[in-house]
Amino acid sequence: MTQASIASPPLTARPLRCRNCGAERAAAPIAICEECLGPLDPVYEPARPLPARETIAGRAPSLWRYKEWLPFDGDPVWSLDTGFTPLVDAPALARRFGVARVWVKNDTVSHPSLSFKDRVVAAAINAAAAFGLDTIGCASTGNLANAVAAHAARAGLTAWIFIPEELETAKVVGTSVYGSRLVRVRGTYDDVNRLCAQVADRFGWGVVNVNLRPYYGEGSKTVAYEIAEQLGWRFPSAVVAPMAGGSLLTKLRKGFGEFGAAGLVAGGVPRLYGAQASGCAPIVRLVERGGELQPELPRTICRSLAIGNPADGAFAARAIRETGGWAAAVGDAELVEGIRFLAQDAGVFAETAGGVTAAAALALARDGRLGPEDEVVLCVTGHGLKTLEAVGNALPEAPVIAARLRDVTTLVEEERTWPLR
Amino acid sequence: MAITLNLPSVLATHTGGARTIEATGRTLGEAVADVAARYPALAPRLRDKEGKPYPFVNFYLNDEDVRFRGGFAAPVQDGDEVTVIPAIAGG
Repeated sequence: MTQASIASPPLTARPLRCRNCGAERAAAPIAICEECLGPLDPVYEPARPLPARETIAGRAPSLWRYKEWLPFDGDPVWSLDTGFTPLVDAPALARRFGVARVWVKNDTVSHPSLSFKDRVVAAAINAAAAFGLDTIGCASTGNLANAVAAHAARAGLTAWIFIPEELETAKVVGTSVYGSRLVRVRGTYDDVNRLCAQVADRFGWGVVNVNLRPYYGEGSKTVAYEIAEQLGWRFPSAVVAPMAGGSLLTKLRKGFGEFGAAGLVAGGVPRLYGAQASGCAPIVRLVERGGELQPELPRTICRSLAIGNPADGAFAARAIRETGGWAAAVGDAELVEGIRFLAQDAGVFAETAGGVTAAAALALARDGRLGPEDEVVLCVTGHGLKTLEAVGNALPEAPVIAARLRDVTTLVEEERTWPLR
Repeated sequence: MAITLNLPSVLATHTGGARTIEATGRTLGEAVADVAARYPALAPRLRDKEGKPYPFVNFYLNDEDVRFRGGFAAPVQDGDEVTVIPAIAGG
C-alpha cells in the first residue's frame, strides 16, 4: 500500500447535490436526499484548475490521473494503483461486426480483482477514508463482492459483504479468501440490495453501493476518460456496455461529456449502447418501449447483470436515447457464443457480462445500428475465470494422449477435423 | 386494519424521530394516504401530487416489492409490514 505523502493536503470528500430537486448538503456517507429521497451526486468546484493532456499523460497509469474529475479534494490514500486497463485493438471483431474498427476496453485485467468494480471501489474506499469509517460493505452479484473484499483487505478495513445465495464458485471463493465477512442471502440480488439499504441505515457502515454511492459511482467515469486518452484524445463513434443497475451507461455519458467540456477532446459524446441478457432486460425493454421501468424477476446465467429492479435504469435509458444509441438483449446461448468469439477474435476471456456485451454488439451490427463507418469500443468488465461454469460445457473436450510423438502426429494430421473451434 | 410502516432514517426527521409508524387502510395506497394525512411533512416524500408512488421510492410489503403486487392498489391486512426504501442501484 502506498501512502499519501506527508506534504499532501488531507483527503476530503466533495459536497452533495440532489439530482431530483437540486438541494445541496455537506459531504457525508449518504446517498439519498433528505428533502425528496432523490439520488445525490457530488458537486465539483466549477472553477477548479483542470490539467492539460500532457499533464495527465505524465501521471502514473492509474485512474487517479483523472483526480480532478473524482469527488475528492486532497490526494487519495488507498487503492492508488487501480485503473488504466488496456484498450485492445480487435480487427477480427471489426470484420465480424462489419464495422470500421473495434477496441475492447479490457477491464478483465483490472487490478486487483479482475473486474470493472475495482474502479468504483477505489473511489468508495477513499470516501470511507475521508469519513473515517473502519467498516465497509456492499450488496453484490459477485464482482463487487470480490472488489470490496480485496480493497478492504489492502486497506486493513473490515468488510461485510452480502450476495445472493446462488452465485458462481469463483465469486464466492474470490471474496471469502480475503477474510471478509461474507453473507449469502436467500433470494435475488434485488432482495440483497433492499436488505443492504436497511443494513447501511442501521449500522452506519460505509456500504459502497448504498450510502457511499455518490462517491462510488464517480469511479465509473474513468472508463470514458481512459478510452478517450488511449484513442489519442478522441472519442469512438459508439460504445457498447453491459447494464445491470444501469449506472455505467450514465457515467460513460458524464465522463465523455466532461472531457469534451474541458476541451481535452473535440466532437460529441459517442452513441451509447446498452446490453443485457434477455432473461433480465428491464432497461432494454424500457429503451425499446418507453414508459416506466417494469421490474423483472431475473432468469439468466448472467448473474452479474441479474438486477431486475435497476435503480439507474431510467437514467441509463435516457443516456442511450439522448446520445442516439440503442439497446439489445441476448439469450444465454448467444452470450456463451459471445464469450467464445470475444476470446477467439480478441484474445480476451470475459465473464458472462462480457459475452452479453459482445453478443449484443453483434446483434446491433446485424440490425444496422452499428454501421461500416463506426469505430466501436466494447466495455468488457469482468474476467472469464470468474464464471467458468457458464462456458465450460460449451467447449470441446481436449484430447488425452500418451506422451508419444506418434500420438501428436496423428492429432496434427486430423487437425482439420479436430473441433477446437 | 393496522399495518406497520418502516421508514428510512432520512425520513424520521418528519415523524418526530419515529422510524416505525402504524397506518390503516385496505390497500397500500390507503395506508400511505392515512400516514400522509397524519404527517403532512412526510406526504410529499412518499407520493407525488396525484397520490402516485415515485419511481425512486420503493415500497416492500412483507419484504416483497409491491410493484409485483399491484403497487399502491395492493391489498394489505392486519399485521402486514411495509418498508419504504429509496431506490439504490447496485452491481
